[in-house]
Amino acid sequence: MTGSSSGSPVLTLDRVGIVLGGRPIVRDVSLEVGPGQVVAILGANGSGKSTLVKSLVGLNPVSQGSVSLFGTPLPRFRHWERVGYVPQRSTVGTGVPATVREVVTSGRVARRTPFRPMSRAGRDAVSAALELVGMADRAGHAVGTLSGGQQQRVLVARTLAGEPDLLLLDEPNAGVDHASQEAIAETLGGRADAGASVVVVLHELGPFAPLIDRVVALREGRVTYDGPPDQLTEGAAHGHHHLFHDDGLGPPMHAPLERGH
Amino acid sequence: MWDLLLAPFMIRAVIAAAVTGLAAPGIGTYLVQRRLSLMGDGIGHICVTGVALGLLTGTSPTYTAVVVAVIGAILIELIRASGRATGDLALALLFYGGIAGGLVLVQLAGNGAFALQGYLFGSITTISYDDVVVSVVLAGVVVVAALALLPQLFAVSYDEDFARASGIPVWFYNTLVSVLAAVTVSVAMRTVGLLLVSALMIIPVATSQQFTRSFRTTMLAAMLGGLFASLAGVVVSAFLNLPPGATIVLVALAGFVATSPIGMVLQARRRARVPYAPEALPLHEQSEERHGHVHGPGCGHLAIEHGDHVDYVHDGHRHAVHVTGEGQHYDEH
Repeated sequence: MTGSSSGSPVLTLDRVGIVLGGRPIVRDVSLEVGPGQVVAILGANGSGKSTLVKSLVGLNPVSQGSVSLFGTPLPRFRHWERVGYVPQRSTVGTGVPATVREVVTSGRVARRTPFRPMSRAGRDAVSAALELVGMADRAGHAVGTLSGGQQQRVLVARTLAGEPDLLLLDEPNAGVDHASQEAIAETLGGRADAGASVVVVLHELGPFAPLIDRVVALREGRVTYDGPPDQLTEGAAHGHHHLFHDDGLGPPMHAPLERGH
Repeated sequence: MWDLLLAPFMIRAVIAAAVTGLAAPGIGTYLVQRRLSLMGDGIGHICVTGVALGLLTGTSPTYTAVVVAVIGAILIELIRASGRATGDLALALLFYGGIAGGLVLVQLAGNGAFALQGYLFGSITTISYDDVVVSVVLAGVVVVAALALLPQLFAVSYDEDFARASGIPVWFYNTLVSVLAAVTVSVAMRTVGLLLVSALMIIPVATSQQFTRSFRTTMLAAMLGGLFASLAGVVVSAFLNLPPGATIVLVALAGFVATSPIGMVLQARRRARVPYAPEALPLHEQSEERHGHVHGPGCGHLAIEHGDHVDYVHDGHRHAVHVTGEGQHYDEH
């Protein structure tokens, strides 16, 4: 699954720059993601990683350069049901109560026709997504009564219910317990094995480490590293330390957790 | 007693109250989710200009109020979509411009502000047959749209960013909610009055969401509650000679106050089941034991859900994984 040479690119960024409120947030980022590839975007707070991902789904304007999704330039792209976005968990579970199933069902909205009940395939996709993140037994619970990790799993399931070919996740590990982090990582690994591409914004690799084919590190909106995750750790240990310490990242990358008994 | 209940004006009042009571909480559920609980109030202000235009031109104030309220609702969404910092102020300008403009126009029409009273506080017992028909049709449109477009309107109201990333027309659906709210305000103007319409949109939702877990159930229960409050309010006001609009709102409020102790108990019980907030957890003793494996599903140790994580029973005590910047260790829980 490593390398972008297999199949035509799912996501292409060509010298992308993003300016918000007159301030450049992302500068000159080029990137190509192929089918089944899992790419982590790493960086400190304020490095522009969330801004970048939001721009890929049209939530922020792309100021310079160009973005293509499935070979179509972003301004002309219409097949949004193929793209699944998982926003940062913030306002989930506030306001009027909503059940886990209702929230996950809303992930199908791009594939639904107004005034039509959901298709059999749609209901199956919702149930499958709940199953994948291990929340099927809580489908009838109010989202607001769940823990942070469980809410994050619900948000991942909502996106999976739309059966996207490209998944874009914004810090799915923030404030999430370890068990949920592993459940989410395992789910995404399964989607990648099935051919979906994954771009995940992370503060540190954590349980995602075994899945990641490629790491793109951002600092002040620029790419400071682009390559396999193991060389990133090695690089940090061989004099490129400043790349990852000056920006407040701390020691971000620990080696993949040892598994096995 | 039946003479009063079966009088034609009373039947018209009951029908108008029933459709208002159903429609207002239906659209109100979306407003509460969007944190725009007071939007109905703002649209009510704008409606004053609509009513005044009707009085000035000699057309039915219900029609002119609908048109002006819908234009106002679209303006509100344009302002909200344009930017955030100044949007709040722009809305205030729109609302107060609406009420001040209306008062001036009423004066120009040769009526005192007194002519507005029936619209500000409702005048359900003087509602005409035509107005009842218009109310039923408009409220029917609101109820059908609120229920039939629930998947789309819920997605947009629940998480606007996610809906936008899904590629659905978010501005259209947001504006639809506002326009439906405007239509509801115009309908409810004759029943509870412009100053109280927001109450009928919000209070039944506040009452029902104490007991519900799902969005759809909250909406349906709120509509039933609104229907009950409206019917009871009209009948009670007729027998006790009270103002109908205010009585409807007081019945709705009484419903909230009467149920809130039960609601509080329920919420407390639910909260007890909610895992501890991570910051509330006390510091745990770090375990020095070495592990040959990482605890996880199928590791052979009994897994117990504990708050927001899972503990694994290990030689008679509980281990919780604690991931730090340096790596991970186990805490004793």
